[in-house]
Amino acid sequence: MIEIGLGHYLTLGAVIFTIGIIGIFLNRKNIIVILMSIELILLAVNINLVSFSIYLDDLSGQVFTLFILTVAAAEAAIGLAIIVVYYRNAGTIRVEEIDKLKG
Amino acid sequence: MIAHAIFFYVFSIIAVISAIMVTVSKNTVHSVFFLILDFISISCLFIMIGAEFLGMIMLIVYVGAVAVLFLFVVMMLNVAQQKNQWLSSKESSRHIPIGLVISVLIFFELIIVIGGWKYKPDLFKSNDEKIISEISNTHSLGQILYTDYIHIFQISGMILLIAMIGAIVLTFRQREGVKTQSYIKQISRERSEGVEVLDIPSNRGVKIDD
Repeated sequence: MIEIGLGHYLTLGAVIFTIGIIGIFLNRKNIIVILMSIELILLAVNINLVSFSIYLDDLSGQVFTLFILTVAAAEAAIGLAIIVVYYRNAGTIRVEEIDKLKG
Repeated sequence: MIAHAIFFYVFSIIAVISAIMVTVSKNTVHSVFFLILDFISISCLFIMIGAEFLGMIMLIVYVGAVAVLFLFVVMMLNVAQQKNQWLSSKESSRHIPIGLVISVLIFFELIIVIGGWKYKPDLFKSNDEKIISEISNTHSLGQILYTDYIHIFQISGMILLIAMIGAIVLTFRQREGVKTQSYIKQISRERSEGVEVLDIPSNRGVKIDD
């Protein structure tokens, strides 16, 4: 309990990952919160990579965390641009009203 | 070591609570603020276990850029006051039990993987990217990022460029009736259409029409 090891960080990553999944499944508000949940999931992956990198004494994990940061920033920019365009066209970004594809 | 444990628990509890608040808070602006708090506490954890460069980059990229981007979009779209209804509305609550079940299953799978995970230290020693304690974290990251991973690094730069172009193309809108400067018209004017040289008779002046 006092000795903080790899398992503690991995458990924290698992908890945040699960909260992100729950946020995607149960969201009824708008798509922006779903994008934020995706950011939470990527953050959990980053926690896993960094803690493995520190505890296995290998720097490659931190390099891959940098690349995940890059992809997350690009994904947020593109996703928010799509949301802005959709709001301009449809006037709403509520999740239950976006059913054009009838999925 | 006790201080390490205390700081770990403080930061991780703050991170988990703010992650929950991102999901369930009624106001989207509050969600963005809790997302910022989450990123800050996780980057404190990164700095604490020795990945200082990544902690600082997380602060700059997420808090400085991504969260501000989210705030701008929430501000522009006027969705901040939409009520969060996933706990109350009746017709859309059918998917809540199955979603919770799947999430709990995923969580227990992750916990089982963490608990049963063992590694053989000899298997992982095939790399050259050891963490050396004499040089700083930033220095050692730069030493392998610009040598071993240079191609992936440049490809990630291309990804950022494509994302920028894509966002601009998606949100660009040609408006009607907006007066703008026309540079090509300005620089293609010639002397013959701009200036007229007149011979002015003395004591008569010039009559300027219109």
